[in-house]
Amino acid sequence: MSAAFDRKPLVWAGVTLVAFALAVLPIALAAAFGQTWVRVVNLALLYVMLALGLNIVVGFAGLLDLGYIAFYAVGAYLYALLASPHFGVHLPFWVTLPLGFLVAAFFGVLLGAPTLKLRGDYLAIVTLGFGEIIRIFLNNLDAPVNITNGPQGINLVDPLKLGGFSFATRETILGVDFSGPQKYYYALLALTLAIIVLNVRLQDSRIGRAWEAIREDEIAARAMGINTRNIKLLAFAMGASFGGLAGGLFASIQGFISPESFNVLESIMVVSMVVLGGMGNIAGVILGAVLLTGLPEVIRFTVVPAQQALFGEVIVDPEAIRMLLFGLALILVMLMRPAGLWPATVRKREFAR
Amino acid sequence: MNAPLLSAKGIAKSFGGVQALSDVSIAIQPGDIYGLIGPNGAGKTTFFNLLTSLYRPDAGSFEFEGRALDTNAPHEAAGRGIARTFQNIRLFANMSALENVMVGRHVRTRAGVLGAVLRDRRTLAEERAIHERAFELLEFVGLAARRDEPSRNLPYGDQRRLEIARALATEPKLLALDEPAAGMNATETGDLKKLLEIIRAKGVTLLLIEHDVKLVMGLCDRVAVLDYGCKIAEGPPAEVQRNPAVIEAYLGGALA
Amino acid sequence: MDTLLQQLINGITLGSIYALVALGYTMVYGIIGLINFAHGELVMVGALTALSVIKALTVAGLGLPPAAIMMAGLLVAMLLCMLLAYTMERVAYRPLRNAPRLAPLITAIGVSIVLQNIAMMFWGRSYFSFPGVISVTVYSVGGAAVTDLQILIVLLAAALMAGLLLIVHRTRLGLAMRATAENSSVASLMGVDANRVIVAAFLLGAALAAVAGLMVSAYYGIAHYYMGFMLGLKAFTAAVLGGIGNLAGAMLGGLLLGVIESLGAGYIGDLTGDVLGSNYQDVFAFFVLIIVLTIRPSGLLGERVSERA
Repeated sequence: MSAAFDRKPLVWAGVTLVAFALAVLPIALAAAFGQTWVRVVNLALLYVMLALGLNIVVGFAGLLDLGYIAFYAVGAYLYALLASPHFGVHLPFWVTLPLGFLVAAFFGVLLGAPTLKLRGDYLAIVTLGFGEIIRIFLNNLDAPVNITNGPQGINLVDPLKLGGFSFATRETILGVDFSGPQKYYYALLALTLAIIVLNVRLQDSRIGRAWEAIREDEIAARAMGINTRNIKLLAFAMGASFGGLAGGLFASIQGFISPESFNVLESIMVVSMVVLGGMGNIAGVILGAVLLTGLPEVIRFTVVPAQQALFGEVIVDPEAIRMLLFGLALILVMLMRPAGLWPATVRKREFAR
Repeated sequence: MNAPLLSAKGIAKSFGGVQALSDVSIAIQPGDIYGLIGPNGAGKTTFFNLLTSLYRPDAGSFEFEGRALDTNAPHEAAGRGIARTFQNIRLFANMSALENVMVGRHVRTRAGVLGAVLRDRRTLAEERAIHERAFELLEFVGLAARRDEPSRNLPYGDQRRLEIARALATEPKLLALDEPAAGMNATETGDLKKLLEIIRAKGVTLLLIEHDVKLVMGLCDRVAVLDYGCKIAEGPPAEVQRNPAVIEAYLGGALA
Repeated sequence: MDTLLQQLINGITLGSIYALVALGYTMVYGIIGLINFAHGELVMVGALTALSVIKALTVAGLGLPPAAIMMAGLLVAMLLCMLLAYTMERVAYRPLRNAPRLAPLITAIGVSIVLQNIAMMFWGRSYFSFPGVISVTVYSVGGAAVTDLQILIVLLAAALMAGLLLIVHRTRLGLAMRATAENSSVASLMGVDANRVIVAAFLLGAALAAVAGLMVSAYYGIAHYYMGFMLGLKAFTAAVLGGIGNLAGAMLGGLLLGVIESLGAGYIGDLTGDVLGSNYQDVFAFFVLIIVLTIRPSGLLGERVSERA
C-alpha cells in the first residue's frame, strides 16, 4: 500500500479531500438541513459496519446468512443490560463494547456450527430461522425471570461516556458547537474506518484467500489442505463480531432498544446492501449500505410534501411508498446489474517482479 | 524392497448397490511414477477420492509413509503430503492464477486472523514468501505471464498446468493426477510428460490416472489396471500391455 | 388443555395448509433452484382477494348459496394469483436465470416487499375478518372436537395434492416438469420447452397458494396484509424438512410441521415447567428444521446428491 502512495501525489490529494469532507460533514449537514440528517448519517455508518461484517460471511466466504441481525441484537442487548437501569449495572463502554464483540463472535460460532454441512439455500433458511428464534426469545424472556423486558425493550441505556465527557450532550469544543449526534458521528466514523481497514487486511491475507477458495470450490479447497469447517466458523465469528460491536453502539446512541428493531426485514436489508453493492467488494458494500440507508430517508422526506403539493393531503402511507420503492429498487438493480453496482474484480498483485 | 510410500490394502467401496471398488491393493514406491488405468467407470477416480479422504472406504485401509491415513479429515491429506488434481478441473475460477497457487501454500503456512489484522513482521515475511513461491511455481509450469488473469479465462491446457502448480504448492510427497492429459494434443502431451519427469526428478512421487496410452507407456514405471472395480493386472507397462485379461477389458487390442 | 387427539386434529388441518403452500415452493425450487420468497405473498393475496369477493357478493344480496359465493371468491383469487405468478416469473425471474445465484434471491425479496406494500395500500393495515358465510358444525370424536371446516380443509387439500401428483406423474406436462427438474439442458435437447414448464410450475403453485390462502383465512377467521410472511417461511421450512424439490417430501414436511407445531404449542408448558409458553410456538418450526438438517442435511425424503469429484 505504501508503494502506491509514494508514486501518486494525486492519490494523496484525493485522500486529503475525502478526509476533509468527512471531517466537516456533520457540521455542514446540520447547518444546511438540520440535526436529523446527522442522525441519518450515523445510521448509515452503523449499517456500513453491519454490511461489512456480513460481507465477510456472504461476500468472502460465500455463506448465505439471512439471520445476521441476530448478532446486532446480541451486541445491543448485552450493552443495554450492562449499562442501563434495567439491572442497575452501569459498566463503561470500553467493557461493554468489546464484550459485545466477543459474545457476538461466540454466537456466530454457535449459530454457524449446525449449518456447516448445508447446501447454500438450506443454509439461508436455517440462518433465517436462527434470526427469528433470537428475536422471539428476546421478545419473550420477560417471564418467569425478566431478562430482556420483553416487547417493551430496555430504556434509558447509557450513552458513550469517557470520564466526564458524554457523547450524548451538546457541548462547545474549541469554539465550535457540537451536538450529541455530531459527537457520535466522529466516534462512529473512527470505528467504521477501523473496521474497513480490518476488512481490507483480512481480504488480502492467508485467511481471506482461504475464504475465497471455499466460496469458489469447497472440495478443491479441502483438497488443498484448508480446514473448511474451522475457516467457515471463523467467517461466522468475525462477521458476527462486527455486528455485535455495531449493536452495542446502536444501543448507546438510540438509548432504547426493543426486539422489533431486530426483525427479519433488517437482516434482509443488510443482505440487500451487500448483494446490491457488490458482494465481496468492500467499496461496493459500503456504497450499498450508504445508498440503501440514504435513499429511503430521501424518499421519506420528499413523499409527504410531494403528496401535499399534488393532492393537498397525504393519501398514501409514506411508509408504504418508501418500502414499495425499496422493493422496486431491489428488483430493478438486480435486473440491470445482477453482480451488484460495484462488483469485485480480480485483484492485481502489486508485488512487482 | 524399500518400504512403500503409499500402500492400499483391500480397498472396497460401493455406492448404493454399485460396487465401485473391490479388494484393490497397490503399493507405490517413493520416486515411482505409478499409473492407474482401466476403462471408463472402472473405479479409478473413486480410488483417488478415497485416497484423499473425500469418501471413506467400506473396507480396507491406506498407509502413507507407514502410518494409516485418517479418512475423517479430508483436509489432512494435503498436510500429510498427498496432493491431487481433478478430472474435471477444479480451479478457483474467479481468483487469478497466482492466487490459485497461493491458496496451495495455505497448508504450509500459519498466519491467522491476528496476523492478518496486525500485519506484523512475521506475517509480512510469510506473505512475501507465499507470493514468491507461488510465482516460482507459475514460472515452472510456464504460466508466469498470465499470473493476474482470472483462472476461468485461461485456455484449457493452461488450466490443467495451473492445477498442477497449485498442487505442487502444497509441497506434496505424492502427487495424484486425475487424467492430466485429457483433451491435450500430441505436442501438449509431450510437454506434460517432460514436466512430470522433472517433477519426479525433484523428488515427488506421482500417481496418475490416464487414458493416453502413449503417455502411460513412456512415463510410468509401474501400472495397475482396474476393471469394474477390481485390479486385474499390475506391473511394468510393457508387461501389462501384453496381459490377455487387460486386452479383453479394453475390448480387444486397443492397447496396441 | 386439549387432548392429544385434539392437538393431532388441529395439527393435521394446519399441516395440510402448510403442505399446499410447501408444494409451490418445492416445485419452483426443484426446477429452477430459486427460493421464491414471494410465494407467501401469493397466499396473502389469495386470501384477501377471496375475502373481498365473498364480502362483495354477500353484501350484494344476490341470494346465492354460500358454496357458490365461496367458489366464486376462490376462482377469482386463483386467477389473480396465477396472473401475479406469471408476471413475477416473466418480469423478475426469467431474466436472471443465468445470473449469479444470489441475484434472483434478492429480486424475490424485492417482489415480496412490493406485493406486501401494494396489498397494504389496497386493503389497508387492519385485519379483515372472515364473513360468517358458512355455519360451522362441530362433531365430537373420541373426546375431541372436529369442525366440518377442518374436515373440508383436509379433504380438499388431499384432493388437490392427489390431483397434482396425477398431473406430475401421468401427464406429458408432468413428465416434462420432472425431466426439466432433473436436468434442464438435456430436457430441452429432448424438445422440452423449459420456459413453458417453468411457467406451469409457477401457475400450479400459485393456484394452490390461493386455495391455501382462503383456507387459512377461513380457519383463523382473519386475513391481513402481513400474513404471508410467517406462513411462507414455515411452509418453506416444511419443504426443506421434507427434502426440497421432492413433492412427496413437501406434503410430508407440511403435515409433520403442522402436527409438531400443534403438539409443541400444546405441551411446551408442561415440558418446561411453565418457563416457556405457547407464545414460543413459532420457533418450533425452526428448531425442528435445524435438528433435522443437522442429522439429515438433505431433508427427510431428499436425495443425497453426491458431487462427482
